[in-house]
Amino acid sequence: MATANIEVSETPLVLYALRRADDALILGHRLSEWCGHAPAMEEDMALANMGLDLLGQARELYSYAAKVEGRGNDEDKFAYLRDVRQYRNLLLVEQPNGDFARTMVRQFFYAAFADLYWRAMMASSDPTLAAIAAKSEKESAYHVRHSSEWIVRLGDGTEESHRRAQNAIDDIWAYTGEMFSVDDAERGLIDAGIAIDPATLQPRWLKTVTGIVNEATLSLPANDWMQQGGRVGSHSEHLGHLLSELQSLQRTFPGATW
Amino acid sequence: MYTQALNSSDGDERGVEDVARASQFQARIDADERIEPNDWMPAAYRKTLTRQISQHAHSEIVGMLPEGNWITRAPSLRRKAALLAKVQDECGHGLYLYAAAETLGTSREELVDGMLSGKAKYSSIFNYPTLTWADIGTVGWLVDGAAIMNQIPLCRCSYGPYARAMIRVCKEESFHQRQGFEIMVTLCRGTAEQKAMAQNALDRWWWPVLMMFGPPDQISQHSDTSTKWKIKRFSNDELRQKFIDATVPQAEFLGLTIPDPGMKQNENGNWVHSPIDWNEFKQVLAGNGPCNRDRLAARRKAHEEGAWVREAAAAYAEKRKRRQLAQAAE
Repeated sequence: MATANIEVSETPLVLYALRRADDALILGHRLSEWCGHAPAMEEDMALANMGLDLLGQARELYSYAAKVEGRGNDEDKFAYLRDVRQYRNLLLVEQPNGDFARTMVRQFFYAAFADLYWRAMMASSDPTLAAIAAKSEKESAYHVRHSSEWIVRLGDGTEESHRRAQNAIDDIWAYTGEMFSVDDAERGLIDAGIAIDPATLQPRWLKTVTGIVNEATLSLPANDWMQQGGRVGSHSEHLGHLLSELQSLQRTFPGATW
Repeated sequence: MYTQALNSSDGDERGVEDVARASQFQARIDADERIEPNDWMPAAYRKTLTRQISQHAHSEIVGMLPEGNWITRAPSLRRKAALLAKVQDECGHGLYLYAAAETLGTSREELVDGMLSGKAKYSSIFNYPTLTWADIGTVGWLVDGAAIMNQIPLCRCSYGPYARAMIRVCKEESFHQRQGFEIMVTLCRGTAEQKAMAQNALDRWWWPVLMMFGPPDQISQHSDTSTKWKIKRFSNDELRQKFIDATVPQAEFLGLTIPDPGMKQNENGNWVHSPIDWNEFKQVLAGNGPCNRDRLAARRKAHEEGAWVREAAAAYAEKRKRRQLAQAAE
């Protein structure tokens, strides 16, 4: 790599913003990989739409992290000049697109969480985060609607679509637990009223997910083992490949303006 | 599909070409009236427009591929969002145009099948590769610029649904063109490597872009009737000339050299280009361009791999309908 990684002073608030920004960027990037290759033109539009919403969220959160950190970093430095170990996103969002069922299941699990999360975050004592939350909540609500409709169509569609949707749920389920976990850095922000405790959202999330999965004639796996690590930079092998593509120009032409 | 109902009286008239109706139709065109889906029209007019609008739609959809090639590698988050939004716009144009074509009585499925089988054409320009980020700037600047030259007159096309579609498409295209030019400005003000990247992209795209306007007027097949029907208002050569005259000062502003050392300005101020290699155009049209196979393969792959999704949606809709009927019967 021609360009060195940036250094980030991850105070709790910077880390908090980076974690959410990374979630949005990586999932938005994954959705953008579909562009031009979706099962129908309408779906090409919808996937790009959701991708654009997430990219927008990422940019606002990175800019806020940059402002709080105050060390000259900016949205592009955070996105393009941190290596795998510096990324703080959930393992869920970096999972490859796979087939359309897998993409939609991943989207549904995340959006059903993000919708609740951002709605609760509108009450944050931090006005910037509350404003980002208000915008993100509206977008997430649409993502939930769109993805849940697909889960039902696929689950209750044909034998093949049912099988693919069930496989996707079985494969991805273990990455959902991480959404609700909290570490010490975040605990302080929760106590200060800046962040909310995601664990409190789990029962409602599970209710939404169970409702849709049942309607789709699908089922949730019995195995409740949950993978962790994304929040501290211990990622799956997939993220490195995503970043090598995402960052290729910035790494090849150090210091250039685009 | 509602267009079948709209056109239900059409079948027995096709081919008969009722002389009185045809002259009435031409009189309406001459009076600059808009022809609407319910109106009588000669079979050849319907056929010409179906071909032209669907080719245009295919071009938008295939055109997503060369630019989509850079979405995951866009060099900043701002560029990434703009490019994703742009390619999404193109998909929207495609959908909009298929809908306009459907008003003439052929379904989107049939039209798309024609493209996937290789029978229907799309713009040859999309059979060239996007090799560097500068290609994204160049495609916006030149390919969208050329498309606008072609499409602005189509906003006054005699067929209402096509003309209205073009008004919206042109607005978005001109935004894309400015976006592309802005990428070029940034590259040309950047490092030596970036400027070289910009020049190289211009070198590769210039001649194919000139070919986008179609063969020279002497040998163009469709122009005469299309002109009479006010589908086409300017000739290929006229539009090409307009494009070149608009583009030369832009290249100068960028500090880039148009790869045509023989190009000269005539006494009217028009820039006269050197001969175009029409053999290259023919080859690309015949399927021998650098990316013809890749483009079709990518579209077919998306279509085939999406089949189970579309089938699932249809099966679910059918099940739902049956359940609702059963409920209503209870």
